[in-house]
Amino acid sequence: MLNVAREKLASGEVKRVLGWEKGEFWYDLTPAFFETEESLNGFVYNGFSGANLSKYLIKARDWEGKTLVFLKPCDTLSFNQLLTEHRIDREKVYVVGAGCKGMLDYNKMKKLGIRKEADVTDRQAVLLGKCLACKGKTFYAFDEVIDDEEAQKPIEVEDRFNEVKKIEALSPEERFAFWRSQLSKCIRCNACRNVCPACSCVKCVFDNPNSGVASKANPDDFEENLFHIIRAFHVAGRCTDCGECSRVCPQGIPLHLLNRKFIKDIDELYGDYQAGLEPGSRAPLVNFDKNDPDPKIVMERGENA
Amino acid sequence: MTRLTEAFDRISAAQKLYLPIEKAEQVNFDEYAPGANVRLDVTKTVKSAKDAFFPQCEDFAHFHMDGKSINVKPVAPESEPFTVFGVRACDARSFKGVLDLVFLSDPLDPYYAARREHGTLVVLACGNPEESCFCQTFGVNPAESADGDANAWIVGDTMYLKAVTEKGEKLLALLGDLLSDADDQPVEAEKARIHEEMAKLPLADLSVESLKDGAMMEEFNSPRWKDLSAACLGCGSCTFVCPTCQCYDIRDFNTGHGVQRYRCWDSCMYSDFTLMAHGSNRPTQLERFRQRFMHKLVYFPMNNDGVFSCVGCGRCVEKCPIHMNIVKVIKALGGKKHVD
Amino acid sequence: MSIENLVPQLGVVTAIRTDTPDIKTFRVNALGGGKVFEHKPGQCAMLSIPGVGEAMFSITSSPTEKDFMEFSIKKCGCLTSWLHQMDVGQEILIRGPYGNGFPVDTALKGQNLLFIAGGVGLAPLHSVINYVRANRADYGTVDIVYGSRSMEDLLDLDEIQNEWAKEEGINVHLTIDRAQDTWPGHVGFVPSYVKELGFDPDKNVLVCGPPIMIKFTLGSLTELGFVNTQIYTTMELRMKCGVGKCGRCNIGNKYVCKDGPVFRFDELGELPSEY
Repeated sequence: MLNVAREKLASGEVKRVLGWEKGEFWYDLTPAFFETEESLNGFVYNGFSGANLSKYLIKARDWEGKTLVFLKPCDTLSFNQLLTEHRIDREKVYVVGAGCKGMLDYNKMKKLGIRKEADVTDRQAVLLGKCLACKGKTFYAFDEVIDDEEAQKPIEVEDRFNEVKKIEALSPEERFAFWRSQLSKCIRCNACRNVCPACSCVKCVFDNPNSGVASKANPDDFEENLFHIIRAFHVAGRCTDCGECSRVCPQGIPLHLLNRKFIKDIDELYGDYQAGLEPGSRAPLVNFDKNDPDPKIVMERGENA
Repeated sequence: MTRLTEAFDRISAAQKLYLPIEKAEQVNFDEYAPGANVRLDVTKTVKSAKDAFFPQCEDFAHFHMDGKSINVKPVAPESEPFTVFGVRACDARSFKGVLDLVFLSDPLDPYYAARREHGTLVVLACGNPEESCFCQTFGVNPAESADGDANAWIVGDTMYLKAVTEKGEKLLALLGDLLSDADDQPVEAEKARIHEEMAKLPLADLSVESLKDGAMMEEFNSPRWKDLSAACLGCGSCTFVCPTCQCYDIRDFNTGHGVQRYRCWDSCMYSDFTLMAHGSNRPTQLERFRQRFMHKLVYFPMNNDGVFSCVGCGRCVEKCPIHMNIVKVIKALGGKKHVD
Repeated sequence: MSIENLVPQLGVVTAIRTDTPDIKTFRVNALGGGKVFEHKPGQCAMLSIPGVGEAMFSITSSPTEKDFMEFSIKKCGCLTSWLHQMDVGQEILIRGPYGNGFPVDTALKGQNLLFIAGGVGLAPLHSVINYVRANRADYGTVDIVYGSRSMEDLLDLDEIQNEWAKEEGINVHLTIDRAQDTWPGHVGFVPSYVKELGFDPDKNVLVCGPPIMIKFTLGSLTELGFVNTQIYTTMELRMKCGVGKCGRCNIGNKYVCKDGPVFRFDELGELPSEY
């Protein structure tokens, strides 16, 4: 990977390389733009390159020259979705697909006393939550791919909707209690929103002083819940289930479950749909079809709950 | 330790008691009620104990508009005693050494001051310091704090307590018969062990000596800020888990029955932090990012006899979604260089 | 322990004057009459309407005005638009005073003074000018250069022409950006007018206006031989608390709300250029 990056930078074909830079410890890689061959000495790709870099391409759109970006298979879905939404410029990006064995959760490793990637014997046990719902090893967008057999091996995935189904099976009171216990931890740091490739509004309604809902803290429970629920609604149909929201939440709120519930509903009501499979695809929620279910289905569900 | 629950029940019967409590898999300082899942074994709560004295959200006043008149009901500052039990030395320093300098300097912040006056702080020694800890960089002693009202050590299955201030003595007096006199030896041994543990940590030799006297001011225009801030998401995780970040916003919330004027934590990392009708003086994330670190390492010390506004708790090191933090900034801009 | 530095007091708007198409001056009294609090020239106050907003405004009236405070406010945001549509009798929330104010009793005492203002930038200087007029014997010569986009945009024109300009020892120099048939006076931007007027640098300068005007005026003053230690300005950054604690209005280690808003240019020069 380093060779490709060096070559493209040296030839001037790309102005910068977007990848991950080594950190202070064994796990704390930082997404970084490398602009010189020398700076590439800090480049690392390993089990801690979990960050999805596709959203950074929005700012790279306004910069001069091309950006080489390393995208893991699931990251390419976010990339395509951003292309669909015209948030990035395909002409200004050189995508290198980076083979992925599943990314590691250093907190899980610490608990097991494992202190480096090489010591991992049971990778499945220390994968990031998002990788346990791995969407496969296919790259849906790339200019070239750097992959190997090891990375091509599929990750064991149980039905990603299992957790959603468990929550659906709860009574409305239990379900409310579950979400209150989770959402009451929210410190409104906006990490989930800011990392989310689907949250690409230039000015978020929650930051807009004229919206009436701008807020930096949750003045009451209602606001606390609504921030996340509104966000989930807004990304519905566009969320690729990349799982970054839950990965970055400092309070460990399983935010991806809200999004996954929407995905499950969309799949059930409109047929299986994966956002970002191909650029320009029309999502069911923005596409009318005469076979679409009647909106009254929402009412019926409410009554049956 | 078997009597610990009894002790907590007794304190909480007399006054509000805040402890590290696990809720939905995360440990934060929270009000204790019998049956709560107290986790004194967890070194780092997600958020610091800052909420106890400077809550994330607090009301100043309630307003009601009636035609042209406004009814104002100010909210009175705290007037009841309470105890925060189990904060670590870093957090204790954040109050005594940093937030007090902000909120108790002229003009006094009445809400913070009242909580400081009524709150008793029990500091728990760090039996298991973590990889991300670097409190010793800022002169904090994790084995015995001078910044709280009482100190506690857990050695084996015994908790040792020692009052530091009069408030601390009062609290121990409340526990009276639950305590028995102890010999100093186990605590001394534990302190020595903690210092040994600290010396083994990866950040044990992180130094800010070279940043003294505002030395980093020269780095204001350093090209390094661009690389350091390039991936910053502009979220507020670092500022909201930080024990020393004290920036706040004052906002109105229309409840439908009136207006609640509240103060809430704000973050210099947010794009609207300095935004005015005609623009912002910190237009990009670079300036916002630089502000956060310049404030902690240059501006605050300039105004407060050289005191840095970081206590080395390492929460930002653990929680930043992109793993950019004050340690990396110190190393990049003049502190101890990277040792690979 | 007083909560008044954070929790506002009630005042009432007792008069509203329309000065220009986008500037109105509001008179504020305590509910029982008189002033809500005393202040120094150049200090500010936080005004707010519940649910609409709270913002910092310089107090336009002089402290020597015993019966009320006044604020000249330009309509430009959410709160100011609300204030512009309210009527006399409206109660308003107010807290303060905040900031250092101009050093009228120390550095500026006994000095010749040159006031330079552009647009609504006259508001903070208005307080100083009237303070100086009320204590005339304490100061030397007074020159006032004031400019705005048009005749209609000149704030307090009536007071300037009928009171200030008629007072002995006060020279008023007005200018507008573009010529108007009914305007007999000078036409041109403030910085070039300052240069044209060719002031002797035996004065202390108090300047307030849009950043671009301040920038070029500084250039003109330097050409005339003025140095940074003679020139004062008053800054505006986003503020919330007013007491130097909420963390947003700093320029380096100085807080505009507490260490400012008045800075001497040599002091500003030592701070990072982040304003």
